[in-house]
Amino acid sequence: MSLFSYAPAPESRSVVDIAPSYGLFIDGSFVPASSSGGVFKTVNPASEEVLAEVAAAGVEDVDLAVAAARRAFEPWSALPGAERAKYLFRIARIIQERSRELAVLESLDNGKPIKESRDVDLPLVAAHFFYYAGWADKLPYAGFGADPRPLGVAAQVIPWNFPLLMLAWKIAPALAAGNTVVLKPAETTPLSALFFADVCQQAGLPRGVVNIITGAGETGRALVEHPDVNKVAFTGSTEVGRQIARSVAGTRKRLTLELGGKAANIVFDDAPIDQAVEGIVNGIFFNQGHVCCAGSRLLVQESAYDTVLESLKRRMATLRVGDPLDKNTDIGAINSAAQLSRIRELSEIGASEGADRWSPPCELPAQGYWFAPTIFTGVTQAHRIAREEIFGPVLSVLTFRTPDEAVEKANNTPYGLSAGVWTEKGSLILAMADKLRAGVVWANTFNKFDPTSPFGGYKESGYGREGGRHGLEAYLA
Amino acid sequence: MSGSAFNLRSFLHGLPGVDKVGVEARSAALGTRSVKTTAKAAAIDLAIRMVDLTTLEGADTPGKVRALSAKALRPDPADPTCPSVAAICVYPAMVPVAAEVLAGSGVHLASVATAFPSGQAPLEVKLADTRDAVAGGADEIDMVISRGAFLSGRYDHVYEEIVAVKEASGAAHLKVILETGELGTYDNVRRASWLAMLAGADFIKTSTGKVPVAATLPVTLVMLEAVRDFRAQTGRQVGVKPAGGIRTTKDAIKYLVLINETVGTDWLDPDWFRFGASSLLNDLLMQRTKLTTGHYAGPDYFTLD
Repeated sequence: MSLFSYAPAPESRSVVDIAPSYGLFIDGSFVPASSSGGVFKTVNPASEEVLAEVAAAGVEDVDLAVAAARRAFEPWSALPGAERAKYLFRIARIIQERSRELAVLESLDNGKPIKESRDVDLPLVAAHFFYYAGWADKLPYAGFGADPRPLGVAAQVIPWNFPLLMLAWKIAPALAAGNTVVLKPAETTPLSALFFADVCQQAGLPRGVVNIITGAGETGRALVEHPDVNKVAFTGSTEVGRQIARSVAGTRKRLTLELGGKAANIVFDDAPIDQAVEGIVNGIFFNQGHVCCAGSRLLVQESAYDTVLESLKRRMATLRVGDPLDKNTDIGAINSAAQLSRIRELSEIGASEGADRWSPPCELPAQGYWFAPTIFTGVTQAHRIAREEIFGPVLSVLTFRTPDEAVEKANNTPYGLSAGVWTEKGSLILAMADKLRAGVVWANTFNKFDPTSPFGGYKESGYGREGGRHGLEAYLA
Repeated sequence: MSGSAFNLRSFLHGLPGVDKVGVEARSAALGTRSVKTTAKAAAIDLAIRMVDLTTLEGADTPGKVRALSAKALRPDPADPTCPSVAAICVYPAMVPVAAEVLAGSGVHLASVATAFPSGQAPLEVKLADTRDAVAGGADEIDMVISRGAFLSGRYDHVYEEIVAVKEASGAAHLKVILETGELGTYDNVRRASWLAMLAGADFIKTSTGKVPVAATLPVTLVMLEAVRDFRAQTGRQVGVKPAGGIRTTKDAIKYLVLINETVGTDWLDPDWFRFGASSLLNDLLMQRTKLTTGHYAGPDYFTLD
């Protein structure tokens, strides 16, 4: 490796200016938390350095934010669609202009490699706003009636794995449809949402249309349980999703949930092996495996098992784990100490249940939260690591003999968010896609996202769709 | 169809397919690697050592070939630390001229042969062409395959031609040009790569440089995967030479990254990887000077040969 080892190529931090502390973005301006709230710190998971102190919204702050959104709802929904589109187009353009700053910020606060925040997250964020800006004046033609109406105030709670992208998935369709929003970013990744608040100010968005309140689970609970919200949208764990579904039950609130997954990535023996291996790597190690639709269960046809495993291990040995801001880093830091300990715990369970654990030789930084890319072979459906969502760079490898067996195993999970099929045989792809109970089935690719394509799950992976024309339905009555 | 032709066909068509979208995405992703400072300096010197400095024009003259050969030996007259290139690549008629300049230098002398670039000539003509080049002093032969035969499925014909040319080349290293721009699909690139290696190629080469589509990153990636898999199965290592269309240092470094991250450092050596190029060398020299002096020198500070 010494013959041609890449010199460090860090992206400069100087493009982003993080303030020492942040308030809540309510009614168009930043305000400190009330006495019912507090403050918390957000850290860079790659170094454990504190990035900023952020306000934790209390019950009163949630009240204020919902009231601001309520006041803004009437004028905002009364605007002609084309006028709302102008704001969304403006936001999309500002995001593009500030994409380098936002990408660096996202990598600092989340730990994801800069090549992903730069080449995946930020372009998709802008694309989402552009896409839904285009819908704002065409709602009568979306297929939801001649005169679809917005719902009102949307309470949105998003996870830490794609902080700004999940914000875009939530806010863009809500605003295009004429709703106003109160959004709570995850406790460990609040910064890009606060920078988005600044983008809204820069775009001249009317006050109260977008409110950003930061905080932990309690803040989220207060928000979704607030009596004056009309719509709740949540992306996160199945466990929290269940709590939300319970709290919303019996109210008139509309609900969409995008929850966990344990996707099967199915490789047949006639697959394009080299590209399938890329797809396996991308499926589970993209964003450190912090992806709800990650291909965390690899199902390989037994007749191709040796070839695939050998190629996979060889490929994994070239993965570069380290400084998220280095442009050559493939795998960044685990988002938080809590997540790291969950990944460690499940991995140890995997080993103790008898699966074979393997990681390439890989030096991890001393500071920060890190986990080497890992695969478990000899996994069966009875292992916990084949059933529970690990949400980290850990792949469970299982085998199958026939297409029917692949379908049976793939569907034998309480989740149903995504799946992948690898074969050169088109008819097999179509037959598999028909039988797999998953919201997204990727054919000869994995983890591909596009604002025009609906995304969402079956079973315990949630309900409702985000993205595409379908994504509008969640915000229209 | 004879038994061996049947075996060859079923073997080549039994190779795993290549997904176009996937291979292009992978090579594009590797193209975003950021190679800076010390890594860049090492890459530039390595790339210079891998250049097959080429002139293949109807207008080539002994004077032109002599000048190019001199440049191959000492690419940057102002800087004695600059390495020589790997080889000179010329038409058979120019081989004796180049041989005179390069004798004893360690810089190889490659000759195209076998009715380059079309390959549309009888086998005897191709073999005579090859023997001539070797007799004139070439120690590397760049042959072309009969794309017409390959595309019409006559793999045994292509195979036998390569075997015959390999024999005619004697001790000279044989590079087999697949002309990937005419093969149409990545599946064909993989099959042609294996076909050439099975027939005894020492190197597989993308292009003649005489058709519109020459070397590309994804095609080279497919060929690298082929030589990697071939070595794993047979134990024999085969080299790869992208040729045509590689003009800048930035491009060359992308190829080195591709090798580094797919087949590994065993191929990061002029014995196993070459760039078929002419204008690339001056850009490499210019970037090399920039790295050592901190500023760009004008094009007049680099020789035009």
